[in-house]
Amino acid sequence: MKDKKKFLIFIFLFFMVNIPLSSYENSQQSHAFSPRVLQKGATGDDVIELQARLQYLGFYNGDIDGVFGWRTYWAVRNFQYEFGLTVDGLVGAETKERLVRASRFDREFIHEQIRQGRDFTYYGGVPKEQQVKRQPDRGGQAANPGNQTTGTRTTAVNVPAGYSQNDIQMMAQAVYGEARGEPYVGQVAVAAVILNRVESPSFPNTVSGVIFEPRAFTAVSDGQIWLTPDETARQAVLDAINGWDPSGNALYYFNPNTATSDWIWSRPQIKQIGKHIFTK
Amino acid sequence: MLRWISIGVLSVALVGVGVWGYQEHQEKNAILIQAENNYQRSFHNLAYYVDLLHDKIGTVLAMNTADSLSPQLTEIWRITSEAHTEVGQLPLSLLPFNKTEEFLSNIGHFSYRTAIRGLDDEPLSDEEVKTLEKLYEHSGEIKRELRKVQYLVLENNLRWMDVQLALATQEEQQDNTIIDGFKTVEKNVKGYSEGMIHTSLNGVMEEPEESQVDITGEKIDHQQLRNKINQILSIDDGTELRITETGEGSDIGLYTVSFDQDGTYGYMDFTQKGGHLLTFMINREIGKPNISLYEGMERAGRFLQKTGYDHMEAYNSVQYQNVAVYSFAYTEDDVRIYPDAIEVKVALDNGEVIGIAARDYLTHHKERTINDPELTLEEAKNEVNPNVNIQEQSLAVIENDLGKEVLCYEFIGTLGEDTYRIYINAQDGFEERVERLKQPEVDFGSVS
Repeated sequence: MKDKKKFLIFIFLFFMVNIPLSSYENSQQSHAFSPRVLQKGATGDDVIELQARLQYLGFYNGDIDGVFGWRTYWAVRNFQYEFGLTVDGLVGAETKERLVRASRFDREFIHEQIRQGRDFTYYGGVPKEQQVKRQPDRGGQAANPGNQTTGTRTTAVNVPAGYSQNDIQMMAQAVYGEARGEPYVGQVAVAAVILNRVESPSFPNTVSGVIFEPRAFTAVSDGQIWLTPDETARQAVLDAINGWDPSGNALYYFNPNTATSDWIWSRPQIKQIGKHIFTK
Repeated sequence: MLRWISIGVLSVALVGVGVWGYQEHQEKNAILIQAENNYQRSFHNLAYYVDLLHDKIGTVLAMNTADSLSPQLTEIWRITSEAHTEVGQLPLSLLPFNKTEEFLSNIGHFSYRTAIRGLDDEPLSDEEVKTLEKLYEHSGEIKRELRKVQYLVLENNLRWMDVQLALATQEEQQDNTIIDGFKTVEKNVKGYSEGMIHTSLNGVMEEPEESQVDITGEKIDHQQLRNKINQILSIDDGTELRITETGEGSDIGLYTVSFDQDGTYGYMDFTQKGGHLLTFMINREIGKPNISLYEGMERAGRFLQKTGYDHMEAYNSVQYQNVAVYSFAYTEDDVRIYPDAIEVKVALDNGEVIGIAARDYLTHHKERTINDPELTLEEAKNEVNPNVNIQEQSLAVIENDLGKEVLCYEFIGTLGEDTYRIYINAQDGFEERVERLKQPEVDFGSVS
């Protein structure tokens, strides 16, 4: 009996000493996650680590791209289920701790692969050399210049449902060409008009159809659409796609100082933002 | 000597410029012809499709059995879509040519709805046949007008580039056959589209013309508006609020408020009735993300509550670099009501809410009586493709293809590498909608 007690105390002490030690080791090896809770939709270095660790354990078979999408979500849930945690798809302190304890994370290796733009995996128990697809080097660092200090760029991005980055780029060009001197809200409103037209039965049904409809936008007719858009225009387009419409459901807009058509003045007006009057 | 040399040099230069100019001229012409050909193709295609459309509608009228009706109606649907595309390529957009496009859309909707309906069980009603007869008649008129314009175009070698120029220079088109012709078409379409199409096609239109949206509540004045704003935001007393009202074209009467404060530009739309916050945007420099997507979501939720939107539940969150966008839906007795949606945008540097879009919520939200589902969860599951691995399930109200609100079981499941969201009508088991949920897109810039 006494021995058993001694033994328990010994075990207890052992853990007391050991737990801090092991977690110290882990943090050494992993720089561990930041304390933020991760959920679906998140992006960044923490997500890269999450995906790598899940892949190490065989839960995640997708690309390690730094975006917490549906596949990562299911992987997290499966992990939580297998490890007896609450299955909620949220990566909080407990889930992180279990992950860190169960897996390894070679930060240098993974970030190097991502920076080099290589196709790679990170399964546990397989030599790393075999997990990198040999392919003609794409000029190495050139793929991701100057990112050493700002962290590794994720290789995927979140896009609103139904749109590609290229649609967003095209709309940003149109918005930039049409409204670059306007306040931010005015740019969102112009982007919203493009989307309202896509919805409307009186106009073409695609973004490109609306933008390139002959004579619909002056920026398209005079070639200003081919200017390189700035970040503001891109943000404005994202906002409009995500549902912001400061134009009040408008289908047309015009600049009262330069508008030459009588017809446009006959449209019922909604409001003026910056230099543009938005109409039905 | 010098003279001869300079004469020689100059004449060589002259010849050079001449050749260069000629080549430029040739190139310009080639491009003009190419552009002209594009317009010509679109126009002649349009005339052809409208003709075909007229034909097909005529055939449908003579048909009897569902077996042949459905394919024919589908064909009509396809042709209207083609014709619609061609209209969009003609340089007419500032010429009021919308009604014709709308007319085409209407035919498209009508034929689509009737084609997919399963005409065996539910044949065309008398009223629908009447609608078809009308459509036949009107497409015939449009066809005639278009063919007339087409004849004149061919006869007189009219060029679309001239229309382009005429529209661009805003000359009153004294003698522009094409424009006049299209105006006639448009006038005709307008004549009947307003009278008849809207009444008899009602119910097949996606959205009945919403000219005014009803918002509940008393009209508020500027003082009440200011109180509202102070409830939501802390704005310095010294900051000037610019308040304007919307014009007659707006379907919801709005107060628009904007302000500048320490490099921050703020913009808000409030409904005049009830003073609900409809749009809210803050524009400022946003630093590096410091807070998590999860924490941002909680802040967004609190902000909504403060603004007067209760029982909202976040169902989607997306991070775009340093901002996060959350979609909230109204939730009643654990039923998520998707039409009542609000988007909230949060800056992840300090967790400030920098945007709200509540138009969907305000135009859809009302008192609802949600009936109990007639199908059990298990029965609904049986309606789902057995290959789909169902992971999550809940009850939700969605707007279906016909624009009606229906109570559905919502299943989220996986099939292969993709994730799907499937809605099964909780009353009759109809599969209302299946969506493939988007995976993050490869950043093309990072792999080039």
